[in-house]
Amino acid sequence: MFDVVIIGSGPAGISAAIYLKRAKKNIIIISNGKSSLEKAEKIENYYGIESISGKELYEVGIKQAERLSIPIQMDEVTNISFENNFIVTTPNREYETTNVIIATGTNRITPSIKGIKEFEGKGVSYCAICDAFFYKNKNVAVIGNGNYALHEAKQLKPVANSVTILTNGKEMIQNRDASDFEIEQTPIREFRGTNSIEEVEFENNNTKKIDGVFVAIGTASSTDLAKKIGAIVKNNNIAVDENMQTNVKGLYACGDCTGGLLQVNKAVYEGAKAAMNIIINKKGE
Amino acid sequence: MSVLSLNGKNFEEEVLKSTKPVLIDFWASWCGPCKMMSPVIDEIADDLKGEVKVCKINIDEEQSLAVKYNVMSIPTFIVFKNGKEAARSVGVQDKSEIVNMLKV
Repeated sequence: MFDVVIIGSGPAGISAAIYLKRAKKNIIIISNGKSSLEKAEKIENYYGIESISGKELYEVGIKQAERLSIPIQMDEVTNISFENNFIVTTPNREYETTNVIIATGTNRITPSIKGIKEFEGKGVSYCAICDAFFYKNKNVAVIGNGNYALHEAKQLKPVANSVTILTNGKEMIQNRDASDFEIEQTPIREFRGTNSIEEVEFENNNTKKIDGVFVAIGTASSTDLAKKIGAIVKNNNIAVDENMQTNVKGLYACGDCTGGLLQVNKAVYEGAKAAMNIIINKKGE
Repeated sequence: MSVLSLNGKNFEEEVLKSTKPVLIDFWASWCGPCKMMSPVIDEIADDLKGEVKVCKINIDEEQSLAVKYNVMSIPTFIVFKNGKEAARSVGVQDKSEIVNMLKV
């Protein structure tokens, strides 16, 4: 049982971890090893550092955490749920924790396939656990080719009549659970229907009847995770109070996923703020 | 707390024939986001007692109502005024946004 599970190892996540570790909290960082910071060629507007590449700054942050013996687990979070405590799920294990900090940056990938935008809420969904029920005994598809797509497919399987994973031209990742599903790798041309989705047409002109499509491309984004547990999302940013806490008590968000300035200094501040609030709240109990 | 559970039998009487605005929360026990919204809806029921009728529909028990009103994702909140749908929102919301729906 952890005091805090931090999702993300960029400036917000590492900053939170440093404060929490110093306050002797039992914490773990779960990171998929990717950060938008790495894409910044040069950072020259951060106080006290004349010039540094984003990649270098990111790596220094990781080293700093490691020097404090903060555990960093390379894994991919596919779900957050709440049963007395928070349960953070990855393909490999579940982490039970009192608090969660989402610090994953922004990475929602909406596919530019014809029909996706048009049928949002009319057969296109971004959350299997929220909407699976409405596809009872129906034929559904999941778009994606990774662990997150598999997680969503597994949520749908007990409810739906059939679940097909559409990789849209990509290879499916190697995973023992993948064999439970029909996998279609042909590139998708469009989704069609009248009032709601009725079929998918592939680039090879084949069609397949489906009643619903769940989008789960790449890894679960910050807002995907927030929505699954009932945190408020506004304009694709997670809504937080001045302590970086969401409307779900014990669930915090910091860094790019809360919107505003997409800057290292803001992410660092928010990570520290979330950590301080957790530390203070704990003491008060 | 004065939140009314709706079903196929009382829906017409309590919603369509209501003289007050009616707020309906479509929910289910397995829905995490619904659990987060439940206390907010209870609060609204207390705050606006006498002005607004606040109701819940468990979609597991009342599937036909969910289908009839095109509920495709939960939580869904629908406001009825004079027997007609006046506003709808899907997903977790601020309390103030739900209250605003009642003012439409």
